Amino acid sequence: MVFAALRLVTTRNVVHAALFLVVVLGGVAGLFLLMGAEFVGITQILVYIGAVVVLFLFGIMLTRTRIGDEEGTDHPKRLPAVLAAALVATITIYAVVTGFGDVELPADTRTTTAEVADSIFSTYIIPFEAVSVLLLAALIGAIAIARRD
Amino acid sequence: MLLNQFLILSAVLFAIGVYGVLARRNGVLVLMSIELILNVAFGSYVSSISGEVFALFIITVAAAEVGVGLAILLLLYRNRQSVDLSEADLMKG
Repeated sequence: MVFAALRLVTTRNVVHAALFLVVVLGGVAGLFLLMGAEFVGITQILVYIGAVVVLFLFGIMLTRTRIGDEEGTDHPKRLPAVLAAALVATITIYAVVTGFGDVELPADTRTTTAEVADSIFSTYIIPFEAVSVLLLAALIGAIAIARRD
Repeated sequence: MLLNQFLILSAVLFAIGVYGVLARRNGVLVLMSIELILNVAFGSYVSSISGEVFALFIITVAAAEVGVGLAILLLLYRNRQSVDLSEADLMKG
């Protein structure tokens, strides 16, 4: 997964980058399934790999990005970006290691879809409605922005 | 399995996504790196169900944001025939 992510940010071929994104998203879905969160794992595959990556491929097609190796994908000066990413990594890893110490994950953390549904529709009903409105707004906004007028 | 290991993996992926956002010139690739950043939602599943619900909401928000981002990129392409972000410097001083 880390290898696919590294290749995603360093490849010059845009379609290859989309395929590496599929690998990373599949890896994250696998991690969800490994942790026992079956509903989120399958949703990840459906929504991300099924919809978001297809959206990216449409975007690649509609912006006529050259298929194959292309020259204009990276900035010429990349050292500040590497330093910034390394700084972010160090600070986050340090915060994680000192904050969580040696906390062990419980052995059997399988949760069923029913529990997730119960939680969404009782405790988290307001964020659920808010996310629905957000999706509506994003849909209307995307259509309004990209209309050919 | 230590909780640390999951969170360190998500931190590494986050940092790689940050590098991708900063160093890529093509707009579509920047959006893909943003997706990489948003995918560290698996670190939020700790011990209660609210982490899972949070991860679900993150997935939804990321999908909405990719839709709007691609619409903006499309408009940029339509106006100047290229998605090169380093050429979009009209507001630079």
